[in-house]
Amino acid sequence: MNAASHQTDLKPHAAGTDTTVLSGAEVLLRVLVEQGVEVIFGYPGGAVLPIYDALFRQNAIRHVLVRHEQAAVHAAEAYARSTGRVGVVLVTSGPGATNTVTGLLDAMLDSIPVVCFSGQVGVPLIGTDAFQEADTTGITRPATKYNYLVRRPEDVAPCVHEAFHIARSGRPGPVLVDLPKNLMVGPASYSDAPRVPHPSYHPQTEPGRDVIARAVAAMKGARRPLFYTGGGIINAGPEASTALRRLVEKTGFPCTSTLMGLGAMPAGDRRFLGMLGMHGTYEANMATHGCDVLIALGSRFDDRVTGRLDAFSPGSFKIHADIDPSQINKIVPVDVGIVGDARRVIEMMLEEWDCTPANTRQPIDVAQWWHQISEWRKIDSLGFSQDMAPDAIIRPQYAIRRLHELATATGRDTYVSTEVGQHQMWAAQHFGFSKPNRWLTSGGLGTMGYGLPAAVGAQVAHPDALVIDIAGEASTLMNIQELSTIAQYRLPVKVFILNNQYMGMVRQWQELLHDSRYSESYSAALPDFVKLAESFHGRGLRATCVGELDGVIADMLAHPGPVVADICVAQDENCYPMIPSGAAHNQMLLGPDQDDEISAEGRMLV
Amino acid sequence: MTTQQESPVSAVISIQVENESGALARVIGLFSGRGYNIESLTVAAVDETRRQSRINIVTTATQRVLEQIRAQVERLVPVYRVSVMTAADPHVAREMALVKVIASGERRADALRIAQAFRAHPVDASATSFVFELTGATDKLDAFIDLMRPLGLAEVSRTGVAAIARGAAIL
Repeated sequence: MNAASHQTDLKPHAAGTDTTVLSGAEVLLRVLVEQGVEVIFGYPGGAVLPIYDALFRQNAIRHVLVRHEQAAVHAAEAYARSTGRVGVVLVTSGPGATNTVTGLLDAMLDSIPVVCFSGQVGVPLIGTDAFQEADTTGITRPATKYNYLVRRPEDVAPCVHEAFHIARSGRPGPVLVDLPKNLMVGPASYSDAPRVPHPSYHPQTEPGRDVIARAVAAMKGARRPLFYTGGGIINAGPEASTALRRLVEKTGFPCTSTLMGLGAMPAGDRRFLGMLGMHGTYEANMATHGCDVLIALGSRFDDRVTGRLDAFSPGSFKIHADIDPSQINKIVPVDVGIVGDARRVIEMMLEEWDCTPANTRQPIDVAQWWHQISEWRKIDSLGFSQDMAPDAIIRPQYAIRRLHELATATGRDTYVSTEVGQHQMWAAQHFGFSKPNRWLTSGGLGTMGYGLPAAVGAQVAHPDALVIDIAGEASTLMNIQELSTIAQYRLPVKVFILNNQYMGMVRQWQELLHDSRYSESYSAALPDFVKLAESFHGRGLRATCVGELDGVIADMLAHPGPVVADICVAQDENCYPMIPSGAAHNQMLLGPDQDDEISAEGRMLV
Repeated sequence: MTTQQESPVSAVISIQVENESGALARVIGLFSGRGYNIESLTVAAVDETRRQSRINIVTTATQRVLEQIRAQVERLVPVYRVSVMTAADPHVAREMALVKVIASGERRADALRIAQAFRAHPVDASATSFVFELTGATDKLDAFIDLMRPLGLAEVSRTGVAAIARGAAIL
């Protein structure tokens, strides 16, 4: 059959409402083209057959067939996170839609712009328990920034345009559009993006000059200042990271980052203290505890960051800038709240810093603060000792350090995704990121199984880049079917499994909180990952000891196709440093020898 | 500073929303999802031409939680404006109750007398029953219902609170 003879012209037309009669599915695709969509991650089914048929008859948009709808959302998230564009998902009704829920909530908590199109049974069948019917807007309402059930053909184009606007503007997030099948088959009219997208939706992006002035006045008087930056900087685009680097340089203040903000500051920068929070560095957490002015930029005082709230950064003057007004004073009351886009906040802070007089006592004081920080740094809280005998057991931290060093040596642009657990924290601690948008991880929701589909999304977006999923053996099995997607599209993704045969973080908490009763946390009956890779047409490699590690990493990096590297690491390694549940930032556990009793209250925390 | 216990106060949250499918579900889902209490809820279209509805929710929370409720509701896409009215904010809050009393003889006469004192109107009467309509502040309705209890109170239907700021201030 000659597909070309059925080609539909989806090219942008002159402005205004076009009277050409298209099907709803064709209208949908035309809006996607207008919105600049190049790739859709999806999975077909009954309710979306008309959309898949329209996709078949066009060439403007590429479709990537995943093997599970959850993976489609994670791939779209990584595509969005690594490009700054909106990720697009297409799934069928019922189970297709419900399978996206985890991904949508993941995007919600990490503020990732995604638009998900779900099929729905025809309008006349809605509410009749029809085959593959689900109340998709009801189910996804708390998992999305906004969602629609489109009920009339003339609403298709405006809703879809608006969905993109809402997903990418303000605090970004997932938007779902539920599309009944009859509207996709029947005629619909195309219309351009409405001038007023949604009458009640007006996110504030420009910060107030007065609050910026108050913030900078406090910063100029600071003796022990600290920037605490988060994923909002990444969402504000690479220019925000550039501006942050200038602000840090100009002020001479130290800077720490959340998990989601890694890469905004180069890991090697002398003013960067590393990540803060539960598995943050000693210097970052001690500085957070001891600072007198804390400047939170695009971060949200997550419980993984604050630890015990009543002991969080006691006595500091707190400045909090966020694009979402509901984040200010949500967890920690602050002295100056700034609502605005992180990039604009930082740029205006830079302007304000230049046009107000310097505080004369400040440089000496801040020098003393830096002296204190350098003392904390000497603790070397990320330090570990690796037995370098060739047959020695690989420590996971060492594996990530070597991976970082050898990947950096290739000179290739490198994107790293992770699953969730110990390996994720070790990756955050030991894989130094020098650029924003290169670190793809599930922060807020902590979704095991995120990393492999995320690697798919990143590799689709950046075909020539080096894309590595730093994984754990348990997490990666949660979406292992994506090896098939990787094979189909010949994506040269590298899956670097730190295999300790345990759900490591669960095991660690059971050790620390439940007297080492390892209830159900052992990864029994694991597959042979080498053979698994081969069965999915990829290359499988294994390192069982230190002597094999570099060779395996080098082979993995050199191989032009997909690789699964099974790195057998120490089974009993715990992730340190650690702020135990219910403890304050200055009560960190630095290693296994420090045996602090965790309170009953602490055991109740997640 | 962070865990300081403020005392909870009663408040009416008035929300002007786009009159669209799912808007109410979004608001009440936010309340249940984030653990905020709903003591009463009213909703009706108030501006048909601009497709706007008003939701009034009575809740009890600390000042800080009320601010958080305001911020969380405000960021919902279909929400235009939110106002939080506590005893400190001059406002009028009223609700209506329909109260069915089944009584005869002395108790029937007492019920009617008390209803007159409360300016409750009998909107339905039969040989053995009354339905009273009563409008006013929540505590007035509560007091009336309490007084009807020993006199044959059979059923109550209340609208929940509608509220509006005093003076020229608008939402």
